[in-house]
Amino acid sequence: MIRFLAAVTSSGDSIPLGITDAGNWFLQNVWLIPLIPAMSFIGILFFGKRLPRGGSELGIAALAIAFLLSICTGFAWMDHRDNFHGEEISQALVSGEHGEHGEHGEHGEPSLAVVNTTTWFTTGGVEFSVGTLVDGPAVMMLFVVTLVSLLVHIYSTDYVAGDRRYTHFFAFLSLFSASMLLLVISENTLQLLVSWELVGLCSFALIGHWWEEKENSNAALKAFLTNRVGDMGLLIGVTILFFATGKLLPDTFGSFSIVTTNALASAGLLSHSTLLIAACCLMAAVMSKSGQFFLHTWLPDAMAGPTPVSALIHAATMVVAGVFMIARLYGVFFEGFSIGGSSINLMALIGGFTTLVGACLAFVQRDIKKVLAYSTISQLGYMVMALGVGAWTAAMFHLFTHAFFKACLFLGSGSVAHSVHSFDMKSDMGGLRKEMPQTFRTFIIGSIALAGLPPFAGFWSKDEILVGTGGWGIMGGTGGNGSYTFMLVMGMITAALTAAYMTRCVYLTFFGEFRGHGHPHESGKRITVPLWILAVLAIFAGFLNLPKGFQLVPKSLQERFGHYVEPVAGYFPQISHATPSWSLAIVSTIIVIAGVVFSWNYYFVKVENTSKETGESLTELPNGLTTRLALARMGHTLLVNKYYLDHLYTGIITRAVKEPIAELAYRSNQEILDRTVDTFGRSAVKIGQLNYFKIDQNVVDGFVNASGRISSESGEELRKIQSGKVQSYAAILFAAATILAGLLIVIV
Amino acid sequence: MLLNQFLILSAVLFSIGVYGVLTRRNGVMVLMSIELILNSVNINLVAFAAFREAISGEVFALFVIAVAAAEVGVGLAMVLLLYRNRRNIDLAGIDSMKG
Amino acid sequence: MVSLFVAQIRGLDQLESSEVLVAQNVFFAIIALVMVLAALKMVTTENIVHAALYLVIVLAGAAGMFILLGAEFIAVTQILVYIGAIIVLFLFGIMLTKGSFGTEEGEFIEKSQMAVLVAVLIVTVASGSFIDSFRYTELSREAPSTTAEIGDTIFSQFIIPFEAISVLLLAALIGSVVIARRDQ
Repeated sequence: MIRFLAAVTSSGDSIPLGITDAGNWFLQNVWLIPLIPAMSFIGILFFGKRLPRGGSELGIAALAIAFLLSICTGFAWMDHRDNFHGEEISQALVSGEHGEHGEHGEHGEPSLAVVNTTTWFTTGGVEFSVGTLVDGPAVMMLFVVTLVSLLVHIYSTDYVAGDRRYTHFFAFLSLFSASMLLLVISENTLQLLVSWELVGLCSFALIGHWWEEKENSNAALKAFLTNRVGDMGLLIGVTILFFATGKLLPDTFGSFSIVTTNALASAGLLSHSTLLIAACCLMAAVMSKSGQFFLHTWLPDAMAGPTPVSALIHAATMVVAGVFMIARLYGVFFEGFSIGGSSINLMALIGGFTTLVGACLAFVQRDIKKVLAYSTISQLGYMVMALGVGAWTAAMFHLFTHAFFKACLFLGSGSVAHSVHSFDMKSDMGGLRKEMPQTFRTFIIGSIALAGLPPFAGFWSKDEILVGTGGWGIMGGTGGNGSYTFMLVMGMITAALTAAYMTRCVYLTFFGEFRGHGHPHESGKRITVPLWILAVLAIFAGFLNLPKGFQLVPKSLQERFGHYVEPVAGYFPQISHATPSWSLAIVSTIIVIAGVVFSWNYYFVKVENTSKETGESLTELPNGLTTRLALARMGHTLLVNKYYLDHLYTGIITRAVKEPIAELAYRSNQEILDRTVDTFGRSAVKIGQLNYFKIDQNVVDGFVNASGRISSESGEELRKIQSGKVQSYAAILFAAATILAGLLIVIV
Repeated sequence: MLLNQFLILSAVLFSIGVYGVLTRRNGVMVLMSIELILNSVNINLVAFAAFREAISGEVFALFVIAVAAAEVGVGLAMVLLLYRNRRNIDLAGIDSMKG
Repeated sequence: MVSLFVAQIRGLDQLESSEVLVAQNVFFAIIALVMVLAALKMVTTENIVHAALYLVIVLAGAAGMFILLGAEFIAVTQILVYIGAIIVLFLFGIMLTKGSFGTEEGEFIEKSQMAVLVAVLIVTVASGSFIDSFRYTELSREAPSTTAEIGDTIFSQFIIPFEAISVLLLAALIGSVVIARRDQ
């Protein structure tokens, strides 16, 4: 790529990319970060069993180094963002293709991403490069992935202790971390695709970790196959973008480079319809990977894997790969879906719908992990919705905070399950606050953060998304990319639902009386310490991006996250930022509190009292809404059956594809073909009879008899060729081919 | 040297190989004759590579060698399977395809 | 005797280019003759182990041809892969299926006239067209191709075919294991 970029800076036929190839050592050598866990994967695979701790120490060491490197990279990036004044690289274009490049005046100093590429291979005149693209989102993801992965590694040493595939487990955790880290620093879409698939593979291996149970291996297969559906979209989208960009670049017919693609898209040089198609294809990939409605069905099933895996993969890192991909190729999505200045688009709609769907489903789950899984779906919907309304920074910030509190909640649920040996909240939990105080406290913190009550992390990011919809026009919180009032409403409803189902979950797990068997006990240090680290982050991470114009803090502390993470560069679209509004924050908080109070009233007051009256630990009212109201019962049934989506996929779609096609083939065979043949036959017979008496008998018969005798005799001879012997066939084949070749030579 | 020297040599070897494939009843022998055919093709490829001063012919010859190795592996596995099922590897005896 | 031979070899590089050509032609004639005879022996011999050994001669001759054509890397690969690996594989195949051949029906199919006919047809058509097209075209190679050149070409221009071949080899590996495995 560098070759094409031969420092054209101010020519008319070039476009500024907003990247540079100079920078701090840490920014230049960021490839080390995925390499170290990858090496640890190989190390664990080969030597893990011989090591005293079964390979886990190797994984933890690798992740610790990667984490330290990520922190250094983070600081290097902050310094680079503020103080770097180097040469910007531009992309030469085919002459005559001038674009209108606006200046990025609004956000102040442009940020120059550090790009390093090297040629991987060249074939047919196209250079395939690998490289690293270090900018705000990449650095942020590096930090999140390495931190959560490190904590999950430590947690797992206790959680899966004594497992028969302990070493295997850690090997795949390492590989997973490596793939995810590779994904976030990918310089081109091809590299993105490769790491995307690797991540999917690891997810498959880890969900099916206990594959001896059919259910688990089915869940792994389901996740894998559902992801394949989306991967086709990714492949097609990447190919479309490759050829679309190639038209504008000299000396090549395509480019996988993410920055080039984004820059061309943002500058309006690529046709809108191409971008729309590409964005739709990529959206399919996001829907499968990030569990968006209607390809989300694999994610709850994926809870079959060990809990640390659920925390790492299905909450904090892998499932956000889709969200990250949108953020990475935001130029394409922004132009393709016309996000700016509209009031609805496909991405925002999918996201908004998913967030509602997931939140509703979380209400009816018995399994604590499934509650969290649906909550993950819902929160991912939030992020996609945020990206869909143009609130890029808000989406990234929510990704950041969500990673901490969701990992905290997942690991907390694992800690509970570790002690009661079950995930079923209704039959095996309850009243655990006394036995497991550490887990209880961290879980409460995570829940509050997820529900979004100030000043916990979730509040700030959620509020920013709601502001970013630009739908809050009444009291001054406007100025977003469009007026997505519909999305604002969906977000508000979800906020209330989230608060309510988390209250339910907390009650069923930690309050009331213990309904399980045995004696639950607090988990060990290796489980509680990661929990506390995540809980602390769940409290304080929100302060990193205090809203602009927030009167209670000095200006230098506002929007730090946005400043460092959001690119202001040629490869990033010009998005506008909504103005935060106190009124919206207050209203959303009131809605969340309303959700909590509603749920509290049901569980902590009514159910608790009824339990005391009846003397047993109940999980719901005996004469609740579902028993009294037919409509509520129907709704409940619908939710319990997950909107019948699984039935739709396996029962209806699969069968619809299988059976009617067979039926159709049979019918067409029977009716169309047979009838045609019949008709032909019948008319032939008629004509034959007609002929028979007149012509046949007299003239033709003699002739036919003669020819019949000849053909029967020659058939007798030819029969010998049809011997069934391979070699005689081969002889004929060779002879025929040679004769044909000879004929060709003579003719040509 | 003439180009034709090599080309005709390869043609002769090719036809000998074909003869072997067509007449031998032993499965292993047939595979060996196929190797002979592939080798004559390689001579042809390398001769043309030398003639045109193009390296691609030699690269192709390398690919042919790799494919031949794969072919022998699979072919011998099939012969072994045949031997296990029928206690001989007589190709003349395999006529279940006979109509 | 040996010193004489060495002296001759030493003398080779002082030869005129026309003399080199003569030497090359002589070598070609010898190798080609040996190859054709060995090939004929191979397809006609009754003893299958002998056939394998004749095949070795043919393969070695082909390696000699490659050297004459200035393709040293191919020659080395030929010896490594064919004589080093494939022949061994064949010998194993012969060993494992030994005794499978009764002599009652012989090594050959009954009617081999057809095969002779086909072989002659191939030679005629191929040589005819070669002679017709290239008649007295000289090979005018200036320098032998180097291994570095081949490596460069494979890993740039032919990288995708190369990857495809590696996948093919893997598939063949797995395939042959699956085919030859004893079913439980």
